[in-house]
Amino acid sequence: MKILVLAALAAVLVSPAFADGPIAVTLKDHRFSPSTITVKANTPTVLSITNEDASAEEFDSTSLKVEKVITGNSRGDVHLRPLAPGKYPFMGEYHSDTAQGVVIAQ
Amino acid sequence: MLATLLIVFREVIEAGLIVGIVLAATKGVARRGIWVSYGVAAGVIGACLVATFAGEIASFFQGAGQEIFDASVLVLAVCMLAWHNVWMAGHGRAMAHELKTVGAAVKAGNRSLIALAVVVGIAVLREGSEVVLFLYGIASQGGTSNVAMLAGGALGLAAGAGVTALMYFGLLTIPAGKLFSVTSWLITLLAAGMAAQAILFLQQAGYLEYLTGTVWDTSWLLSQDSILGRLLHTLIGYNDAPNGAQLAVYAVTIAAIVGLTRWERARHPRGGTIPSPA
Repeated sequence: MKILVLAALAAVLVSPAFADGPIAVTLKDHRFSPSTITVKANTPTVLSITNEDASAEEFDSTSLKVEKVITGNSRGDVHLRPLAPGKYPFMGEYHSDTAQGVVIAQ
Repeated sequence: MLATLLIVFREVIEAGLIVGIVLAATKGVARRGIWVSYGVAAGVIGACLVATFAGEIASFFQGAGQEIFDASVLVLAVCMLAWHNVWMAGHGRAMAHELKTVGAAVKAGNRSLIALAVVVGIAVLREGSEVVLFLYGIASQGGTSNVAMLAGGALGLAAGAGVTALMYFGLLTIPAGKLFSVTSWLITLLAAGMAAQAILFLQQAGYLEYLTGTVWDTSWLLSQDSILGRLLHTLIGYNDAPNGAQLAVYAVTIAAIVGLTRWERARHPRGGTIPSPA
């Protein structure tokens, strides 16, 4: 039990974006924040993406197998499949010069 | 301008390939040009509507509206493609050889053309709505000049049309006797790929989250991000890391189309000169 608590505490300290509920991601000025998102490997996760820009964006990732248009000033949830440990880059397709990020499954 | 061109091209390539296949599959059928044009026109209008109401569509089904919409139109396209193949298996001979009157040719051809026009419309609508949203975003920001944006958009569209032409004329190099067999297979695989894509959209929205684990990963061999990977993704549903549900849906779709095609051909014993997937 003690070990479990310590492990959980360590997990929380090591990775702030580590969560069991939906992970909040914000898009502002065509940049994702956080742009590095850590998720638990082999566990389904939900990303809750808020687009604070006025224009629409397409959250796109071939490695995550996700394509979702999020219109300006709105929010969209994306269900991620259980991921094998690794790095999964994503981008905002309409502003890919700045809108870049990565999901790290560990 | 280059960025606009690349994004527009990326989006229209899928629709371009599908239009090319449909044109090759309907070679020799009367009035196909008109029906394909209707399909493209309806798709463009639909794309503008979908882009305009993107926010509203997304808000349906507790925020899963976009995925449900995408999955629904894909399933509709799969049904139309399947119906076309099955119908051709039964009536292919009549269409190709036994038509006594031009009127009958038009009537017989039309039924199958409507189905394919719907497929063309859906392909244009899906990709087109993203192009419209993207261009509208640039225009409203005023970052690049409108002229550069329009030029990039037009060049991207032209490149997409070039893909259609390449696909079409490429398929036409196949001897006429084998062309229908090849296009029937292409249509079957196209349908299976679309069905697998539909299940992915539903899973992205949190529905049918069964067998979501990745079964294999061939991204080291051929990444879906590469041009070839992207083309194969559209054409045969290539996926560098498919999940179990996708593979099941892909297999079931092929089995269903091949099974129905055989059944239909058996019902019309003299109707099978146009080979279909078997």
